[in-house]
Amino acid sequence: MYAIATILILVAIAVGLVRAFRGPTLFDRVMAGNMIGTLTVLLVAVLGFMNGRPEFLDIALVYVLISFISTIAVLRVYVSRHDHADTD
Amino acid sequence: MLDILLDILSWILLLGGALFLLTGAIGVLRFPDFYSRLHAVSVCDTLGAGMVLLGLMLQGGLTLVTVKLMLIFYFMVFSGPTAVHALAEAAQVSGLDPVEDDREDG
Amino acid sequence: MQHLVDIVLLGLLMITGFAIVRMRSLLAVTMLTSIYSLFSALLFVVLDAVDVALTEAAIGAGISTILLLATVALTTEYEKVPSHRSLLPLLVVTLTGAALIYGTLDMPHYGDPNAPVHRHVAPDYIEDTPEEIGVPNVVTSVLASYRGYDTLGEVTVIFTAGVGVLALLGVHLRKRTEQPSDYHKLVVLRVIAKLFFPLILLFALYVLFHGDYGPGGGFQAGVIFATGFVLYALTHGLGNAERVIPPALLGILAAAGVLLYSAVGIEGMLLGGKFLEYNVLADDPVSGQHLGILLIETGVGITVAAVILIIYFGFVSRRPGGADAQDPS
Repeated sequence: MYAIATILILVAIAVGLVRAFRGPTLFDRVMAGNMIGTLTVLLVAVLGFMNGRPEFLDIALVYVLISFISTIAVLRVYVSRHDHADTD
Repeated sequence: MLDILLDILSWILLLGGALFLLTGAIGVLRFPDFYSRLHAVSVCDTLGAGMVLLGLMLQGGLTLVTVKLMLIFYFMVFSGPTAVHALAEAAQVSGLDPVEDDREDG
Repeated sequence: MQHLVDIVLLGLLMITGFAIVRMRSLLAVTMLTSIYSLFSALLFVVLDAVDVALTEAAIGAGISTILLLATVALTTEYEKVPSHRSLLPLLVVTLTGAALIYGTLDMPHYGDPNAPVHRHVAPDYIEDTPEEIGVPNVVTSVLASYRGYDTLGEVTVIFTAGVGVLALLGVHLRKRTEQPSDYHKLVVLRVIAKLFFPLILLFALYVLFHGDYGPGGGFQAGVIFATGFVLYALTHGLGNAERVIPPALLGILAAAGVLLYSAVGIEGMLLGGKFLEYNVLADDPVSGQHLGILLIETGVGITVAAVILIIYFGFVSRRPGGADAQDPS
């Protein structure tokens, strides 16, 4: 059962990766990256249960925070650049 | 008896959640423009992730593992929509317009 | 199943690598680099290297991405298209790659128990850790106790990097004019950041003090700690973040971490042991080891967090000057 969930999530990651490559806008890529982050968190959790070592969840917790903060960081950089471009 | 019921319930949640994750990913790939794709991402972030985590919680029982899963759930429930909100706002600021349906109906 | 996951992840890694090479938008490349780190961390999870996975997640996917973004913010948004194709680099890369692949032919098989790496000192560490150190996580016992010198060296390298950035960018010396900020517009982000900030710091402390038992330790905790402040700086503005944790204090903290580490070593000498010998720190050797590991992990955490924040503040406080203007059309 865990195996089926793992395969489904891996396929979802691959599909999301296609969107990250295709773009077309930066936001599409960031969105796909954010989604892949979420999927990775869940994959780590499921893998931890599958291998009988649920203490892997610490890593999943770090991922949640990291993927959120990097998404925000990309957007802040983008917005601040383009605000500058407007005011200059 | 209760154990078996919980087991079955957790499997249903786990597989259902994984299916929703896949659905969301396919939506991200297939939807026509950025703003509609955001909807598909939300399916992943909330329904899919929530169901998978709930299923795992039922497997974990009353342990530290479940507490950590709840923490992950807590972070996801807040971070997912916030990230999507920030994305939509940044896209709007950048002047990206939603694609409107240009088919002429009758 | 295990092999399937391995192969799929390696395939995803390869595809992502090619995509990074092909792409021109630097922000998108940064995003993909972060995804690449996520995949390699996943691979570490599958290989059961939990501590490495945690490090890769916190440093590779987290801090590197943020520092790369801070750098991209100072340069242009698109990579320049090279004007000519040169065959020489391709030749060099191909030859190096071929040599490396040839080298792997001599390597022991994956998971071979007779590989040299499993026969030298690793069995001693694994067998002796329960009696000598008494911590469940062997990785922590190797890093913090058996190889305490190496870790001290690493912390010193990180400290030196922080000093270097301070010397080059001079965070606290320059008087900065406050940017016209749009931070008041970020209501949602600010509320969520306030919700997350204490939990991130709490989680960092958990990783620090739980490193004896599970994955984690000083390095990862320091990085997570710094990430919390980066989130604060992103949503509340650099000025506010610097009011919370002044750059001058960061310099002192970076030095204090290294100092704490070496002080533990010297304390061991004063109590009649060798440098960094923890056995003499308490009445019985095992609790001495516990105390020593906890103290040096704390030192590592303080230094790592302070240096990462020094680097981040140093980069972000340099706003893009005129170098920004040449966007390709």
